Amino acid sequence: MSRPAFSLDRILNTSAAWALGLLWILPLAYAVWTAIHPAAFEARFVLTAPLTLENFVKAWQAAPFARYFLNTFLLVTMILACQFFLGTLAAYAFARFRFPGRSVLFALVLLQLLVMPDILIVENYKTMRMLDLVDTIPAIALPYIASGFGIFLLRQTFMTVPKELDEAARVEGASFMGILWKVYIPLAKPTYLAYGLVSVSHHWNNFLWPLIVTNSVETRPVTVGLSIFSAIDSGIEWSVINAATLMTSGPLLIAFLLFQRQFVQSFMRAGIK
Amino acid sequence: MRDWTLKREWIYGWLLLLPAMVFLFAFTHVPAVTTLINSFFSTPRGRRPAKFLGLANYDRMLNDPVFWKVLWNNLWFALGTIPVSIGLAILMALWVNEKLAGRGFVRMAYFTPTVLPLIAVANIWLFFYTPGFGLFDQLFGALFGTAHTNWLGNQATALNAVMVVTIWKEAGFFMIFYLAALQAIPVSLKEAAEIEGAGRWTVFWKITFPLLMPTTLFVSVNAVINSFRLVDHIFILTDGGPDNASSLLLFYIYETAFRYWETGYAATLTVALLVLLSALAIGQFFFFDRKVHYK
Amino acid sequence: MLKSTLLKAVAATALSFSTWASAQAVDLQFYFPVAVGGKAAETIQGLTDAYAKAHPDVNIDAVYAGSYQDTVAKAITASRGGNPPQLSVILSTDMFTLIDEDLIIPFDDYLTSDEDKKWIAGFYPAFMENSQTGGKTYGIPFQRSTPVLYWNKEAFKEAGLDPEKAPATWDEMVEYGKKLVKKDASGNVTQWGVRIPSSGFPYWLFQGLAIENGVTLANAEGNKTNFDDPKVVEALQYLVDLSTKDKVMAPGIIEWGATPKAFFEGQTAMMWTSTGNLTNVRDNAPFDFGVGMLPKKMQRGAPTGGGNFYLFKGASDEQTKAAVEFVKWITAPEQSAKWTMATGYVAPRPETWETDTMKKYAEGFPQVLVARDQLEFAKAELSTYQNQRVVKIFNDALAAAITGKETPEAALKAAQAQADAILAEYR
Repeated sequence: MSRPAFSLDRILNTSAAWALGLLWILPLAYAVWTAIHPAAFEARFVLTAPLTLENFVKAWQAAPFARYFLNTFLLVTMILACQFFLGTLAAYAFARFRFPGRSVLFALVLLQLLVMPDILIVENYKTMRMLDLVDTIPAIALPYIASGFGIFLLRQTFMTVPKELDEAARVEGASFMGILWKVYIPLAKPTYLAYGLVSVSHHWNNFLWPLIVTNSVETRPVTVGLSIFSAIDSGIEWSVINAATLMTSGPLLIAFLLFQRQFVQSFMRAGIK
Repeated sequence: MRDWTLKREWIYGWLLLLPAMVFLFAFTHVPAVTTLINSFFSTPRGRRPAKFLGLANYDRMLNDPVFWKVLWNNLWFALGTIPVSIGLAILMALWVNEKLAGRGFVRMAYFTPTVLPLIAVANIWLFFYTPGFGLFDQLFGALFGTAHTNWLGNQATALNAVMVVTIWKEAGFFMIFYLAALQAIPVSLKEAAEIEGAGRWTVFWKITFPLLMPTTLFVSVNAVINSFRLVDHIFILTDGGPDNASSLLLFYIYETAFRYWETGYAATLTVALLVLLSALAIGQFFFFDRKVHYK
Repeated sequence: MLKSTLLKAVAATALSFSTWASAQAVDLQFYFPVAVGGKAAETIQGLTDAYAKAHPDVNIDAVYAGSYQDTVAKAITASRGGNPPQLSVILSTDMFTLIDEDLIIPFDDYLTSDEDKKWIAGFYPAFMENSQTGGKTYGIPFQRSTPVLYWNKEAFKEAGLDPEKAPATWDEMVEYGKKLVKKDASGNVTQWGVRIPSSGFPYWLFQGLAIENGVTLANAEGNKTNFDDPKVVEALQYLVDLSTKDKVMAPGIIEWGATPKAFFEGQTAMMWTSTGNLTNVRDNAPFDFGVGMLPKKMQRGAPTGGGNFYLFKGASDEQTKAAVEFVKWITAPEQSAKWTMATGYVAPRPETWETDTMKKYAEGFPQVLVARDQLEFAKAELSTYQNQRVVKIFNDALAAAITGKETPEAALKAAQAQADAILAEYR
């Protein structure tokens, strides 16, 4: 272990990590730059550029971002709540019950890891039309609420719960739903948190399916709202678009910054590794 | 008695599964089957109902140069983005896991792609790539005096430019999984190896990397799926152009179904995508030699 | 006590009367898209509110349906679901698609009097080309545009050109362009001569070149294209040469959305883009700019663009009548002038330009007149049956030629063959 080599190695690593970090934060940095400066400085990076909040005002007035934001919030909450509910029940069945057809059904669940709803847009759109749900928030949510990934993840976690705990609760007279509620769910908290993170970040950013299935202000999530807002004939106004992006991603960004350590730790404990 | 409990267990199991299975069937399995069925029919239009075509749609697909182009694009896209984003994700996780000067900032930087919607970031990348006043041209022009480069408007570079954005997105996301996995590896293991004189490189390949194998499997399954699913940024960056040079299979399906309203042919293309994904999944299981058992 | 009872009775009567009145009223739902920034959506809402106020017998519900593509998708979906709007603004080029889907009806059955016929004849013929087929009128022009040439007067001065004069011919555009190209010390171009964007929908601006060269891209029946006509090939060769031979335009596909910014940043001295950009350029260009007609080859020429009103099937007779009345009202001079000033769209009837409001507006901002004057030479935007697919094939061919993957001739020949295969069943 030669010391100097080690520290040279360290300097190299640190600078490489920083270089990559700067590269990775570049889009966010640019978004902030354009959002707080007049449009004339979109492509001129001079430190003397005047500051302004006008872009935020413009974006806020140009499109109903508050409504889009609310739609996304409702959508993400609805999906997550349903995914937890359906996933928990199904995972519990796979982890602790024996019944005919179990392996076939489990294989069918795993199949969804492959055949995602995102790919079946054409048929799912027809289904929504049949159910008369086109242009509603539930229509965006429905294809995702039974998640093969979620069921699989929770099942793996439930399988690690020691049988003794389960049996002890049974001896105490807990019903099988009571056992799920008192033993399994508390032990799987990190999994819920980790899966919740993946799900929220996925559906917060999801675009293609909502683009297809929504067409009014009352249902459009932020991503579709942003794309419509930026796809106008008269040229791209980066400063306003980026102000809108920051406004709508801000809450998630701040939540991430505040909780990043907890997220990583819950991932670790959830056994997604 | 035993028979009875057995039966009750069956019913509980089925009942617990029922709600999830209803939705899985309604939005995954049934549509997959109807896609297959519709792929044999023409698109109903106005007064003309769908008509059975046999394999005509498949024949058309095999003779459709755009299909072959987007297929090859997609394979190149997968090949180019998956290993690089996984490699970078491991590297980032290793760095952030160490005691690094300014670790908080670096970690936050790596996190940003997970939070910013791809569709919004695509506008920013569009600016970066813009010839002339775009960031890359300004930067490279100032540093090396290079001429303007039209990254997105050139058949040779458009797809690669789109891939860079994908790598940016994916590596940041996968980094989280690797970071969690790294933190679960006992430090004592590494220290023991280092005391025995193993270099960092050896420690990584002999100890860390094998221990990360389950994560790599998980991440790579996700990466493969995403490489056929993630087309958001194409809408903004290139719209599939020039001449389909940056179009991917799912983007082409979207165009066929929701721009040309040819749902019959779109179903056929979807079947091709499903077949491709299944083949890749099977391949992946063999590649990883079933290191992680799902049952 | 008595008084309050009386008041209540009056209120109750008034209420029941008003419900009766609204029960007799015609309900109209109308979808509209917004493709330019600014106050387009607000203006439409304001106009429909004003109409509803003046016509209590009509309840009009204006639904902002997003982009053009969203709107047509929404209208098709709603119609298939048995709940069509009575009226919608959709791209003029979607006419054949909507006919093919059997979703719209012609205006003719509701425009039978001589006065009505005169009204139809009162639109610019260039706008009507995309609105009529088979002797019937399916669309009434509303938010229509056309491309024009913008130039940077300061850059012209610097290059020793007359800053008040736009290039009038193809050759002049190249000649001016060569003078306008500026290079830095290492030989890299810092200012291009001209910029004709080619991303997304290259066919639109290219169509300008084709028309100038004396050729239309598709017949009026929408079932035959002329993509491989030698004059189309020549027009494409000219476009390709701008970058490769004459070196007055940046090579490769040029992004539409970044074009105004490139113009403001002085990276191009001239640009082709929609009149819909007029307000944007006026507000943001840090220099004097001019607006001119597109240069000519054999003749002046430009495509039209934008959206028309369509009447949807499935409405009652009263509803359709009310819809037609509404269309007549909103395209009338006073309303049309408001709309044009708010958005930059070209008012579709000559009489609108004769109003005092428009005259005053044009006096202060004469550039708006260029688009109007160019209409004399404008032709229908490319539109066929299966429009999106045929146009996509053509776009791909243009992109292949512009990026140098294929020669213009080969690319267009292949595109024509593909379009023929699609359109054969409509002949």
